[in-house]
Amino acid sequence: MTTTPFTVHSGRAMVLRRDDIDTDQIIPAEFCKRLTKHGYEDGLFAGWRGEPGFPLDQPHLRSATVLVAGSNFGTGSSREHAVWALRDWGFRAVVAVSFGDIFRRNAFTNGLLPVCLSKEDVAALSDAVEADPAMPVTIDLLERELRTPGTSRSFDVDERARHLLVNGLDEIGLTEQQEQHIARYELTRRPWFPSLRPGCLSGGRWQAAR
Amino acid sequence: MTRPKTVIDKIWDDHVVCSDAKGDLLYIDLHLVHEVTSPQAFDGIEHEGRRVRRPDLTLAVEDHNVPTDSLLIRDPMGSAQVERLRENCARHGIEHFAHGDERQGVVHVVAPELGLVQPGMSVVCGDSHTSTHGALGALAFGVGTSDVEHVLATQTLRITKPATMAVEFVGTLPAGVSPKDLVMALIAEIGANGANGHVIEYRGPVMREISMEGRMSICNMAVEAGARAGLVAPDEVTEEYLRGRPAAPSGSRWDEAVAAWRELRTDDGASFDKTVRIDVSTLTPYATWGTNPGQAARVGDGVVPDPATFTDPGERAAAQRALEYMGLAPGTRLRDIKIDTVFLGSCTNGRIEDLRAAAEVLEGRRLANGVRMIVVPGSMQVRKQAEQEGLHEVFTAAGAQWRLSGCSMCLGMNTDRLTGPARVASTSNRNYERRQGDHARTHLVSPATAAATAVAGHLAAPQHLDGATT
Ligand code: SF4
Repeated sequence: MTTTPFTVHSGRAMVLRRDDIDTDQIIPAEFCKRLTKHGYEDGLFAGWRGEPGFPLDQPHLRSATVLVAGSNFGTGSSREHAVWALRDWGFRAVVAVSFGDIFRRNAFTNGLLPVCLSKEDVAALSDAVEADPAMPVTIDLLERELRTPGTSRSFDVDERARHLLVNGLDEIGLTEQQEQHIARYELTRRPWFPSLRPGCLSGGRWQAAR
Repeated sequence: MTRPKTVIDKIWDDHVVCSDAKGDLLYIDLHLVHEVTSPQAFDGIEHEGRRVRRPDLTLAVEDHNVPTDSLLIRDPMGSAQVERLRENCARHGIEHFAHGDERQGVVHVVAPELGLVQPGMSVVCGDSHTSTHGALGALAFGVGTSDVEHVLATQTLRITKPATMAVEFVGTLPAGVSPKDLVMALIAEIGANGANGHVIEYRGPVMREISMEGRMSICNMAVEAGARAGLVAPDEVTEEYLRGRPAAPSGSRWDEAVAAWRELRTDDGASFDKTVRIDVSTLTPYATWGTNPGQAARVGDGVVPDPATFTDPGERAAAQRALEYMGLAPGTRLRDIKIDTVFLGSCTNGRIEDLRAAAEVLEGRRLANGVRMIVVPGSMQVRKQAEQEGLHEVFTAAGAQWRLSGCSMCLGMNTDRLTGPARVASTSNRNYERRQGDHARTHLVSPATAAATAVAGHLAAPQHLDGATT
């Protein structure tokens, strides 16, 4: 699988002023019963859609590509569907004070950039976007900078993630190039670590695979 | 002399295949798979013409979608995922426990009970509560579907080493306070993101006293504090738990293994990036009042807080929203909150000790009028054991339903999802909005508190059934 490269993105933003937005809210479990990797936009924030004034329901915000939230965004489950739903809706980046660890990793893998800013910066950005929803927000991964007209804020991003995003690489393909190392490592594994083969645990008896 | 290391560092370093600026390539000793987060991963490797590198280090279990009242999966989409898992496992030669198999259950209950998780191993699964396995002294964490694909194809993950955090429980654990209460107290203290970016080592004299099953409950909810993983260094409790399990080493291998496990502890002088110390001596049972696991208070004398008292604007807004969703007014005593549904089960609290703790409370008692309780053993093995001990009779005599195994009401993905308005005392791990049903309000509790609540009809710990006032 190859991710879409991300270098510099400019677009409109949408603000969701909530902390601890968990993955069950981003995409409820019933939308995860699918076999595909695409087509999850209908499930995005499904439980919150229809609440008065909910930003996703506002036609003038439909073209937003940057989501601005509070702290601990994407806390909870490991479901990558949460990232797929945001991506399928059209988001390219999420700006928040902090992220759930697994969400953050899943986001990078799928070319959705999670940007961490300080509480004050997120609040200021939220105010500015709410005052002018048409304001362009530019996220520059090469310079590690988030820019709005007249402001510029830098952010950190780990090297693995940046490399993946900028190059849109097939990570499995890269790892396969380390085959020799992996095979050599396997020779050093503890001999008692279990290994399975079909049927080896049947009838309550364990027969170690040779 | 070598630099002192934490047990987390030791296990991590032991699994590094190679590294570069982009992180470590980490070898995975056990890959657990379930039906919901794997279909796209199998599609991915097949699309690229790849194979599963180590089917013998991979185990698949059906748990999220399966019903617990019948062996028939009536929901067509859930059934499609289960069917796909069966096909994928058959095609790639992966051991697979189907709904109806005597070894089936919630994946995080099944793997340890077979002895498949051992100290010093690395374990991943496309499920955040993989952290459970840290109880055995393993480095275990949840990953997304792309990572599942990566592990299927290469048996490795490319990952940057997380920070380390020591959580030290000190003092004397009072009677009636369960491991679940301990971890809920921790999350209430540090918050639902208090351990973000960290792997926790649970330490201190109190941990040594806690059973393996209790340790699993505590490691299970490490992720509810935001941690990547949580673990407990192996000790005699670990050895006793593993001895004789089907996949545990035996004969001379056992001695070799035990000798290696005894090296797996944090060296004196090793440092953690963060340390939290909790005195457990004054703890009492906990329950959540809000919609994230950090929003919790004491069952006995706790009250629903007034959002206005939170100084942080984000926390204030979150508390306000939570009270609206939960339909609770500030100042309400937790013990005055009426409950209509009780769920005993999940990978947090679906093990035999959990069922025993609840049965002890329910013995000779009946559920309060209007309360519905379902008991869902964490695995079919747990179910069998409970039936041998007669626990199922205690549950049914009290008026509770005795079910097959699965994730059930922990998440709304199967037929146990609640459809109407409900207020639930649940032994699971997440009280998020709508997790258990569109109009469900969840209060997280321990198994004993769940049972006492079912009898009282409102939130209560066992001592409150005997007239205690706090
Ligand atoms: S029991 Fe709940 S938390 Fe555990 S694996 Fe199943 S759905 Fe996840």
